[in-house]
Amino acid sequence: MGQVFAYLVHRDGVLDDAAMELINAAKAISGDAATAIVTGSGIDAVATAAAAIFPNVIKVDNAALAYPNAEVVRKALANVIPAGSIVLFAHNTFSMDCAPGLSIKLGASFVSDIVGIDGVEGSALKVIRQEFGGEVSTHVNVDIAGGAVVAVRPGTFTADESKSAGGTVTDKSADAGDLSANRKFIEIVEPEAGDVDITKADVLISIGRGIEDEENIELAMNLKEAMGNAAEVSCSRPIVDAKWLEPARQVGTSGCTVKPKVYMACGISGSFQHLGGIKGGLIIAINKNPNAPIFQAASVGIVANIIEFLPALTEKIEEM
Amino acid sequence: MEILVCVKRVPDSAENEIEMNSEGNDIERDDLVYSVNEWDNYAVEEAIQIVDKVGGTVTVVTVGDEDCDEILRREMAMGAEKGLLLNDDAFAGSDCKGIATILKGAVQKGNYDLVLTGAQADEGAGAVGGMLAAMLDLPYASLVNKIELGEGKLTIGREIEGGNREMNEITLPCVLSIQTGINEPRYVGIRGIRKVSGVEIPELSAADMGIDAASVGEAGAGVKKVDYFVPEKGEGAEMLEGSTDEIIAKLIEILKANGGL
Amino acid sequence: MEHLISPAHYKFLGFFPGAILSFLYVVVGVGIFAYIMANRLAPLVKAAPDNSRFSDIPARILNIITIWLGQLRQPRYMVAGVLHIIIFFGFLTLGIRTCSLVVIGMFPDFALPGFGQDQFIGMIYNVVKDYMATAVFVACAIGAVRRGIIKPKRYAVPEKYGHDHTAEAVFVLAIIMGLMVTESLFEAAIVAAGHDTFLAPLTLAWIFSKVLASAPHGLLQFLHILSYYAHNTLFFFFLNFLPMGKHFHVITSFFNVLFMRVRRGNIKPVVYGISAEGLDELESFGVKKLEDFTWKHMLDFYSCADCGRCSDQCPANLVGRPLSPRFITIKARDLIFKNYPIRDKFLNSKEPLIGSIYTADEIWSCTTCGACEQECPIGIEYIDKIVDLRRGLVDEGEVPQTLQKPLQAIGKRGNPWGKVEKKRADWAKDKEFAAECSVKLMENGDTGETLYFVDSITSYDDRMINIAKSSAKILDACGEDFFIIGKDEKDSGNEVLRFGEEMLYQDLKNHNMEIIKESGAKRIVTSDPHAYNALKNDYCVDIPVEHISQTIVKNIKSGKIKLKPVMDASKVYTYHDPCYLGRHNEVYDDPRDAIKAIPGIQTVEMVKNRDRSLCCSGGGLMLFYEPHEEERMAVVRVKMAAEAGASVIVCACPFCMVNMEDAIKVAGLDGQLEAIELTELITQHLE
Repeated sequence: MGQVFAYLVHRDGVLDDAAMELINAAKAISGDAATAIVTGSGIDAVATAAAAIFPNVIKVDNAALAYPNAEVVRKALANVIPAGSIVLFAHNTFSMDCAPGLSIKLGASFVSDIVGIDGVEGSALKVIRQEFGGEVSTHVNVDIAGGAVVAVRPGTFTADESKSAGGTVTDKSADAGDLSANRKFIEIVEPEAGDVDITKADVLISIGRGIEDEENIELAMNLKEAMGNAAEVSCSRPIVDAKWLEPARQVGTSGCTVKPKVYMACGISGSFQHLGGIKGGLIIAINKNPNAPIFQAASVGIVANIIEFLPALTEKIEEM
Repeated sequence: MEILVCVKRVPDSAENEIEMNSEGNDIERDDLVYSVNEWDNYAVEEAIQIVDKVGGTVTVVTVGDEDCDEILRREMAMGAEKGLLLNDDAFAGSDCKGIATILKGAVQKGNYDLVLTGAQADEGAGAVGGMLAAMLDLPYASLVNKIELGEGKLTIGREIEGGNREMNEITLPCVLSIQTGINEPRYVGIRGIRKVSGVEIPELSAADMGIDAASVGEAGAGVKKVDYFVPEKGEGAEMLEGSTDEIIAKLIEILKANGGL
Repeated sequence: MEHLISPAHYKFLGFFPGAILSFLYVVVGVGIFAYIMANRLAPLVKAAPDNSRFSDIPARILNIITIWLGQLRQPRYMVAGVLHIIIFFGFLTLGIRTCSLVVIGMFPDFALPGFGQDQFIGMIYNVVKDYMATAVFVACAIGAVRRGIIKPKRYAVPEKYGHDHTAEAVFVLAIIMGLMVTESLFEAAIVAAGHDTFLAPLTLAWIFSKVLASAPHGLLQFLHILSYYAHNTLFFFFLNFLPMGKHFHVITSFFNVLFMRVRRGNIKPVVYGISAEGLDELESFGVKKLEDFTWKHMLDFYSCADCGRCSDQCPANLVGRPLSPRFITIKARDLIFKNYPIRDKFLNSKEPLIGSIYTADEIWSCTTCGACEQECPIGIEYIDKIVDLRRGLVDEGEVPQTLQKPLQAIGKRGNPWGKVEKKRADWAKDKEFAAECSVKLMENGDTGETLYFVDSITSYDDRMINIAKSSAKILDACGEDFFIIGKDEKDSGNEVLRFGEEMLYQDLKNHNMEIIKESGAKRIVTSDPHAYNALKNDYCVDIPVEHISQTIVKNIKSGKIKLKPVMDASKVYTYHDPCYLGRHNEVYDDPRDAIKAIPGIQTVEMVKNRDRSLCCSGGGLMLFYEPHEEERMAVVRVKMAAEAGASVIVCACPFCMVNMEDAIKVAGLDGQLEAIELTELITQHLE
């Protein structure tokens, strides 16, 4: 089996939290820590931060890597990583952009969005994936004879928060090779700021498909009114897609990341993209489907139709 | 502009609970109905809108057998002029890389300025577009939710974390994977599909495209699905039970204890 | 005293004979009118065919007698209706007088046969027409005050729909009053000059004759000639002004009523004269440009009198959706006038209607409840036009995203939620229920005399399956030998057809017809008015179709089922007419009779009931459509029920139930008002 690498994403000089999970993912494969790779421009601080988690860190520092343009990063990685290696990514919008192409350039197998690693048997890496919105899982064997690129769903592994690796940073900037690209980053466009800021609320009443109808949005709004100032209404992606609520209220990987005291998931099935946006707090799930994946992520669960439950709850709170 | 859109026939499971079969190694497939992958619909709609603006043709392609005729015709009814079916026994059991290899063969048989895929399909891998681009050495962008046309290039927006949109300039020809919400796909009725029922859909085999049968299909797959299973439930949530009033009483206690009220 | 010189004998400027001037009036007036009418007919000639309008002659004659001549629908709006009836009969009466007058200008002694001054009919006629002229004058004066000063809300034109129509209305009323005054003055001058003619007391002519009694002969002669030619001028002006706007109905309403819809509940075929098999050959579907409308629909546009009753009753308009049926017509008429101008060349415009005069939201906003058509005093149709426009939108792929999934699911699985076919009869297999009532299933090879057609929502919806269970229990109690189809039943497609997805509807219809035939059922009972309508009026199945309310009443009458006294005598029940049971099928009494058969039950009617029932916002695919509206129809409806003093609103339709139960919560009426479905109410009270 080849060497195990973990590519770490950072933004504004801060490492993505998933870095702390990837080290445990690497251990699940090889029993040993991986070599971390960070790319960018002027990234000494990031590399040092990575070295607190990983014993070995490779940094590739180049002005062309200032913004993580997937095409450029892919070129650099293909030049730095030896053939036959196993490369770990956190499954996110960057890995979706970069990892599949990298696997081709490395001649490696590719598997994305895995939710478990069962170890290695011969030349097969045994992983677990999910299908049909998490209702069923599959065992998948990945041939690692020629190496593999593996994207791990955030939250799959516990984070190693000890930060006591005291690793060393190796500069491989010189190996990056030709970093010219046919795709150029222009800018990040932020969504129009709405009147609401769900990231500041103590309580989020978050609604999903279970709300069924645009008119029922007010059931959540009524509960919010009853619960007072600290509460706000947020939602999952389908509600924003349907234009029932503004994008500023969306929780999830393609929306806001929130850390309220209490997160009430109402009629939300609990896709990992949605759960990816909840970084803390007590999750209370209300869903009429007792098998909804949200009940796995929640601390408190209630099987009920939110269209009936929310008004009943509102009434009781109003009576208090 | 000549545009190739790669589409996939997938089980339509939206409203139905997936059940395991009696052997417990696969899902129950008897009651499944199939349709075109949702993301692919957005890709085809986007391609049609581009061609409506600047001219050209849209070709839809899929890897599969005769069952896929239906979804190709559906996309042709939307407005794709040509269909293309990549059909060979050797293709069965391909992994993402195998599919990308087969599609590469089809791309090379044509002269396309733009290749579109859906951002992901039923298995949620989101891999084929990026692999195909790398194989063809074409620039690539994933999760594209905005396309503006330029001279020999496109300005594209990608959906990234935090509701932000990452704007890029990308030269043509290129491969893009399309995210939902980029447009509003048009409706295709039964009449539309019947209208294109007579259009011939050419088929290409591995040999037609010069693909080594060993590099695709079951034989070439480095990633193999072993079986399906229902994941053992973890600890999960503490479920509140009882009458609605009792549940609400407990819930209010929990809310109070955790600073929610 | 010397008699006045008649217009025919009068010499203008001392030499020009009045008879020739009168003749020129006729030549010019009729000539221009013929030219205008030829222009107005041009779009009808280019319009789509409709061969259905020449059958059912007895029904059409009956419509002419009741709706046109009888003005049956006018008094639904009492003040305007009575004024219109006066003016309408005034026109009929005075039309004869005006025609005579035109001829009198050339031949002074002319009288229609039997209408001579000394003949019996003529004498009566002369009295009647003087009173009619006076009544019309007064009615027009009141009308002008209403339109010009009181301004009832119904006539207002919202800014988005164009300019206000008050000026035109008042102008025309003034012309009519002018006609009445000049006619009366003409008559009065003769009498004042000493001609021995009887004038009915207190008529305009009588008043004028009294006023002019001492006027000099010259003035009377002047007034006599002036009023004649003023009347002639006004008449020919009016005749040629009619086809320029909303007063075209004076001419077209007769034909519009003659050709109006005589069947209820059905939808027009895509193209008349083309069978279902021929549909595949059609280049285009539905109405996309003006000329895609049928000639009758064009005639509708001409005939609209702008009375605003349709929009006043339209639930979509009421809740602020972007639809007002009145302007569906007015905007099309304005377009006809623009594309087919009187003086210029016709613009051969191919511009799509959606995006120019209509918006897609406008067209999807209609619930097809039929309130507008029920109200229109001259039989203008809306549903067929809306459906035709939707067919055009579907053909172009312009279907709202929220409707695409349910349509596709119906195509794949036979129900709009995409639920598995084999679970369609799960409600009947529920253990607790099955122990009480066993339902025969065609999928198990069991059939019987009566097919209970359940339809999608009642089969699958967690709440609405209770209607299926209640219906089965009732049929069981009636001793019916009934069965259900089970997994092979598909959605009836009532809304699929009405949402313009014709081919999908055809597939559903063919499938269900085949299964029904195969089952050998002798009759069909359904608890869903939408299914009832589709089977009865769209499929036209050749066995009797019954709504469960009809079954209930029949069996109560025959004594097969008996009902217990009302469980809670303190409650007050009100019945909400579902559109597809009431208006579209005229089943108003059976559900009411069924409710009243419960001993001791207290009932009350809402303000809007029977054929004026307010739509709950619609069923089938309408549940999936997200309209732009200010308030929900059902919320308006439940408030109406509460106002009527009801504590229970009884529905006879699963979709009404969905909407009412939701609306009660939204309106904050929980605890005060509840909704129950008819079959549930009856099952509760079965002995």
